[in-house]
Amino acid sequence: MDARADLLPQHFSAWFASRGWSARPHQLALLEEARAGRSTLLVAPTGAGKTLAGFLPSLVELAESDGRYDGLHTLYISPLKALAVDIARNLETPIREMALPVSVETRTGDTSAAKRTRQIARPPDILLTTPEQLALLVSHRDAKPFFANLKRVVLDELHALVTSKRGDLLSLDLARLRALAPKLSAVGLSATVREPADLQRFLGGSATPAGLVTVKGGASAEIGILHTASRIPLAGHTTGHAVRDVYKAILDHRLTLVFVNTRMQAEFMFQALWHINDDNLPIALHHGSLDAQQRRKVEAAMAAGKLKAVVCTSTLDLGIDWGDVDLVVNIGAPKGASRLMQRIGRSNHRMDEPSQALLVPSNRFELLECRAALDAVTEAAQDTPEPRIGALDVLAQHVLGVACSDGFAPDALYEEVLTASPYSDLTRADFDATVNFVATGGYALRSYERFAKLRQGKDGLFRASNPRVIQQYRMNVGTIVESTMLKVRLGRLRAGRPGQPGMLSRGGRVLGEIEEYFAETMTTGDTFVFAGEVLRLEGIVENEVVCSRTTTGTDPKVPSYAGGKFPLSTFLAARVRAMLASPKEWDKLPDEVSAWLHAQRLKSRLPKPGELLIESFPRGGRFYLVAYPFEGRLAHQTLGMLLTRRLERARMRPLGFVCNDYGIAVWSLGDMSAAIARGALSLDELFAQDMLGDDLEEWLAESALMKRTFRACAVIGGLIEKRFPGQEKNGRQVTMSTDLVYDVLRRHEPDHVLLRAARADAATGLLDIGRLAQMLTRIGGHIVHQPLDHVSPLSVAVMLEIGREAVHGEAADEILAEAEALMLEEAMA
Amino acid sequence: MNSAANALPAAAEAFMLGRLAIMPDLSGALVLPEERTLIVADLHLEKGSAYAARGVFLPPYDSTATLAALAAAILRHDPARVIALGDSFHDRGAEERISADNLASLRLLQKGRDWLWVTGNHDPQISRAMGGDSAAMLSLAGVALRHEPDPDEPDYEIAGHLHPAAKVRMRGRALRRRCFALSERRCIMPAMGAYAGGLNLRDAAFRPLFRHGVTAHMLGDGRLFRIDRRLLLAD
Repeated sequence: MDARADLLPQHFSAWFASRGWSARPHQLALLEEARAGRSTLLVAPTGAGKTLAGFLPSLVELAESDGRYDGLHTLYISPLKALAVDIARNLETPIREMALPVSVETRTGDTSAAKRTRQIARPPDILLTTPEQLALLVSHRDAKPFFANLKRVVLDELHALVTSKRGDLLSLDLARLRALAPKLSAVGLSATVREPADLQRFLGGSATPAGLVTVKGGASAEIGILHTASRIPLAGHTTGHAVRDVYKAILDHRLTLVFVNTRMQAEFMFQALWHINDDNLPIALHHGSLDAQQRRKVEAAMAAGKLKAVVCTSTLDLGIDWGDVDLVVNIGAPKGASRLMQRIGRSNHRMDEPSQALLVPSNRFELLECRAALDAVTEAAQDTPEPRIGALDVLAQHVLGVACSDGFAPDALYEEVLTASPYSDLTRADFDATVNFVATGGYALRSYERFAKLRQGKDGLFRASNPRVIQQYRMNVGTIVESTMLKVRLGRLRAGRPGQPGMLSRGGRVLGEIEEYFAETMTTGDTFVFAGEVLRLEGIVENEVVCSRTTTGTDPKVPSYAGGKFPLSTFLAARVRAMLASPKEWDKLPDEVSAWLHAQRLKSRLPKPGELLIESFPRGGRFYLVAYPFEGRLAHQTLGMLLTRRLERARMRPLGFVCNDYGIAVWSLGDMSAAIARGALSLDELFAQDMLGDDLEEWLAESALMKRTFRACAVIGGLIEKRFPGQEKNGRQVTMSTDLVYDVLRRHEPDHVLLRAARADAATGLLDIGRLAQMLTRIGGHIVHQPLDHVSPLSVAVMLEIGREAVHGEAADEILAEAEALMLEEAMA
Repeated sequence: MNSAANALPAAAEAFMLGRLAIMPDLSGALVLPEERTLIVADLHLEKGSAYAARGVFLPPYDSTATLAALAAAILRHDPARVIALGDSFHDRGAEERISADNLASLRLLQKGRDWLWVTGNHDPQISRAMGGDSAAMLSLAGVALRHEPDPDEPDYEIAGHLHPAAKVRMRGRALRRRCFALSERRCIMPAMGAYAGGLNLRDAAFRPLFRHGVTAHMLGDGRLFRIDRRLLLAD
């Protein structure tokens, strides 16, 4: 018996015994750490009783205080509102069965105003909430008394929280809590991570890292790659070849979660499964674009055991137990070993039974990736991303929040911010620039002083200058800036006069939402799959996509964008490259895949570790250059934009490029092989690091992705509101206006704090410039060029992306000239 | 990849509104060569500071940027007369908020040429301190020049107010740019203000003005592009 068992009061032990349990060592360890007032990170696999471990010390202490604890005792933060609600439900059982005098409440966006007010005046013992709600609480004018007696904060799914700007904001609010609540200790609950030390610093503070309790193992997962009789395609993401085998796996299990990487894949897989669903199995669909009510229905049906399978995206990645899942199927490549583990953890939420999982690669490159991920999981290797460098736009939001509560002295706030681990290296100059940005916009031209949002009081503290500023802050809190979404509504567009928009017919049902940029790739009459149906686009009216149902049997026009949402992780990429370089490992692969690699070795070559292979060949009157950096789609896309610029300058007349997670193909009218042979084109120069200088700057000036990144920073940093004044009606005009702001600011103050924040985002976000830079360093002097007479086996898998999503650069005049010429042709005919 | 676009010279094309020759310029200004006149619309000077007063600290460089664009157009065409077609100032307070430097630049531009402020809904009155003369509308060679277009105008008209923008899609990419909206009887000018947003030419507001067709002359990077209405997309 564990000596620490004494820490557990008798009625707790009795309760454990009544359920046939005894307290586990890590649960007792957390109790001991809490008694000593120390912060602790608990790293444990799914099913280890993490949540109970996190709350046990609070329940024990509250039981001892006998219902007379003064104020809020424990704050629980989860990344998902639904998870907070779920945990509240789970806590009810021990509290009821032990008759503990403990009150538990949730506080989310759905909590009524009256209840919120009451919660501030008379807080429960335990409050369960989200990072955004925490930010609002911390900026409340009564934050000081409200948090004065807070003993513990429990952060759930910490590994998932820290990887984004939400994590930055949370780290700042934690720093604030440490200042407001002197008795506070923090508990972090996390899945297995590579570098727990990063999380320990996040949790305890950069200079005072939390302790660590690790739970090993659990029953190991049984993961396999789906064996299918059909050939694995060279390219594509639909995984159509494996649908029958997936269906069979569903048939053989109780409840299967079929994870996919994108909404499009979800729609396709759902359709394909129903197409062959001769047994009429209850198979449902769950993704973030579906109407919320629809999602709730699916979740309830899962919990009630009424479903056989759910096709879902990452919306179901995180910790909620919706039902008795006994198989997880991952369609496509997992893109990261940690994401794979997280998903697999959805099955058999019990320590003693191994999780069952099946990987279903969509194409041959993905098969290599699945193999690499499988090996990684077997070795328990993780690919947790690098710790974040705190974003300045998030800091700006936090500074305003603190000004909205009690006000701040810059020196003290700076010291406090340094304790938040993402900000531990923040310079005083950047902090001051951020404060100036909040106060007056932070422009070199100091013309907005009289409108300042922050004013220094007689006591030296900076506070919000007027109630409207506080209101603005509260309306815009949070770091999640949705890409503009358009509602998908059933209906018909009544024809208007030629050339004029028609009228939307009344009464269509809203099916969900899609991203504006997806809607923009379609034209009227296009058919696409949404919410499990094939819809015909009738038109876009204001912020709604009007669609009609198609007759059964209509083929959807496969959407142009079908790639993965998450880029291949650096860690898996390295493993895939290693696998390519060692033919003896190919035995593990299906025959057609190893034959494919052998053919590549014969007809072209395979890169050694550390090398970048570039092939060039002619085809159909064009000249192709194909490279295999394995750095993920986003980095490749940026690379493609820059390469075409450089090839243009080298007079190669590039026409376009395509890429996937593994490689990139550029084609041109000029003969690149010949130019390389006669020394007119140097691959070393073409792939030289200086492409991240002027070429990048020029491209960023016009890049739509960069403008989108800037807009997000402007909203988070509070420069503009989520709802820009005067344009409430239509979110899409905001995009336009922030583009104008971006242009003006870039030209007049290129070093402005907000542009720096946007550039920092571009390094890791949609443009993945950081990863591109690493790649260029890695391959410097290690480029091997293979001129060929025709397409190589490896390049086919990249070339097949052509027609799916070719990118032709972003030169505006090109596009306009083409539109103009189109009409000229018609006029001349 | 700008070869195709740059192949054509940037020379402006002239169109006739009745007896009046007009040349849409890449700057967003309209040149009347025979009148030695340059027309600009919707400068919205001090829009940035108007937002700042409401707590939205847009970069305070919009007036500077707008005046620089205006100066470049004036330098290039050296007109004897400049007509600002209304909403030159974003609000009534703009005249007080405009910086001394920007006001000086404006006054310098006015030197040696006639300057007419046509009033708009944002700037119904313009003080003498801003230089030039002001009028609610005027007529040139049988063409009415006013801020807000009048659908009942029986003859010819040049107006601003609506900030026309056009959207086209080619090769899967949508592009939205400011444009001149042109028909045989009417020209609606694009806004020149750095922070002036655009209204899609497919919007209902344009319908009564262009019952018999319209062409969008979109402002590209290197030149103007003439786009048929059938290619124009709604937002």
